[in-house]
Amino acid sequence: MRHPANPEPCIEVLRAGPLALLQDSGRFGVRHLGVTQGGPADLYSWAWANHLTGNPWGAASLEITFGGLQLVAGRDLQIAITGADLGATIDRKPVPLWQRVSWKEGETLAFASPVCGLRAYLAVCGGFVAEPVLGSVAAVTREELGGFCGMGAKLATGDQLYVYNNGQHGGEGPEQAPREAIPDFGQPAVLDLLPGAQVAHFTGRSLFDAFNSWWQVDDRADRMGVRLTGPRLNCKISTLVSEGINLGGVQVPPDGQPIILLNDRQTIGGYPRLGALSPLSSARLAQCLPKEKIRLVAKGSEAALAEYRSFRAFFNTASG
Amino acid sequence: MSLKPVLESAGLDGWIIRLFEVIDEHNLPWLSALSHRCEQEFGDALVDLVPSYTTLLVVFNPLEVSPQQARAMICRILADLEPEDSTHTGEIHELPTWYDLSVGPELQRVAAQAGMSVSDVIKAHSQQVYRVFALGFAPGFAFMGLTDPRLECARLDTPRRLVPPGSVAMAGRQTAAYPTATPGGWNLLGRTTASLFDRNREGFSLLRVGDQVRFVPVSREEFEREGGDARPMEPLA
Repeated sequence: MRHPANPEPCIEVLRAGPLALLQDSGRFGVRHLGVTQGGPADLYSWAWANHLTGNPWGAASLEITFGGLQLVAGRDLQIAITGADLGATIDRKPVPLWQRVSWKEGETLAFASPVCGLRAYLAVCGGFVAEPVLGSVAAVTREELGGFCGMGAKLATGDQLYVYNNGQHGGEGPEQAPREAIPDFGQPAVLDLLPGAQVAHFTGRSLFDAFNSWWQVDDRADRMGVRLTGPRLNCKISTLVSEGINLGGVQVPPDGQPIILLNDRQTIGGYPRLGALSPLSSARLAQCLPKEKIRLVAKGSEAALAEYRSFRAFFNTASG
Repeated sequence: MSLKPVLESAGLDGWIIRLFEVIDEHNLPWLSALSHRCEQEFGDALVDLVPSYTTLLVVFNPLEVSPQQARAMICRILADLEPEDSTHTGEIHELPTWYDLSVGPELQRVAAQAGMSVSDVIKAHSQQVYRVFALGFAPGFAFMGLTDPRLECARLDTPRRLVPPGSVAMAGRQTAAYPTATPGGWNLLGRTTASLFDRNREGFSLLRVGDQVRFVPVSREEFEREGGDARPMEPLA
């Protein structure tokens, strides 16, 4: 990572809101040290934010949960906001989402509260500047790793944020996402689950219920995992010797209510699992608010692989 | 020894390789050999390897390797896997530990349960060389074992909201030292001055899976001389 071409801070945090975190694609190659993956909970929206600002795959952007964040620009910037609609405004005028917009020196960018979806992504042309920790700037508060300070802190009121100076013009990417690329977080999420792990040990009735019921997102939902409530799922084994757990893993503790594991999950765990969500379904789940209804559908790995490869190919070819 | 490995899907980019059913330090030379072979076989397509007790989670880049290809590669490795020579695997660490009721309040409970004196509990815990089975729960948190069967103990009914860094603890027949201040439900026996998670160290974590660890009893004076924090635990609410 290069040093910032312009050491002047160019964004000031006027109000931090409940949770805003710096996220690159995540921390890899370190899980054997007990260090989690981190990275954007909604990979899809995060990728689009970088793409629209001409940043390469992996550039750091801000993940804003719930809203409440207010920032003032210290110089003219080009930005894109994707993901949830959190009622963002620049100097009280609504900001169009999923497109590149100008944010001029002295203007205040404010996020209100969720209109649709839960997490918004703010990318800045050039990308945010932070020192990687264990190979990544992804902020994981529980582990005190990453973020602007290196200690995993969420944004705090009064923070000064730095942006690379080479991105005033917004790069070569498109200025706007096509309508069909923009997810509708107002529709109930239908999530692809790749059966695996201990799926063979669940009762037939539980497998039927898992894929033929509405599930409700519980209040206990964060970047570590999302708990669902619905029919009780029964597994013939109640706990396992702890083993590595992957993104999107659907684990079922003895109370029969599944927990879907997201980016900041612990690296090992001992509950039986039905399988794992596809990466893009994990991303979709990260936009669900408590009390929302979701469905799980079984999907084969070949179909999920084709979908994921076409998603990645789009961003890799388009942003060079 | 004949392996009966089982492969379980861990999503689009991972396989769990289950080599064993029960926790045993003899699993480690096999898991270590498997990790090294996966590093060679997958090369740049490898994203993460998470060894743990009886299993290895292999995470690969699905843009380069499909789950079916990864499965075939793993099966090839398993076909002729040999355990590593266990005497050559794993570093040996000695963790200076001050065992005392003020920083290890469950010494009493473990002793009472085992029908042993506190000093015998300390002796039993510190005499053994432990193996690191897994890292997890928090960065650098190493699950080690197995302890003397007489010391076997259940977790606390209610976890502590904050366990001080360096706390040496037991649960079941496992032992550990907390690298950082976190909530925790293990029985506390004492505190070590070893720096378990150091940002200036390559990879940060002192301990890795397969390492050998011994807790070496030290006096309060030695503990404090080495920079240990001797402030007593707050009593459990």
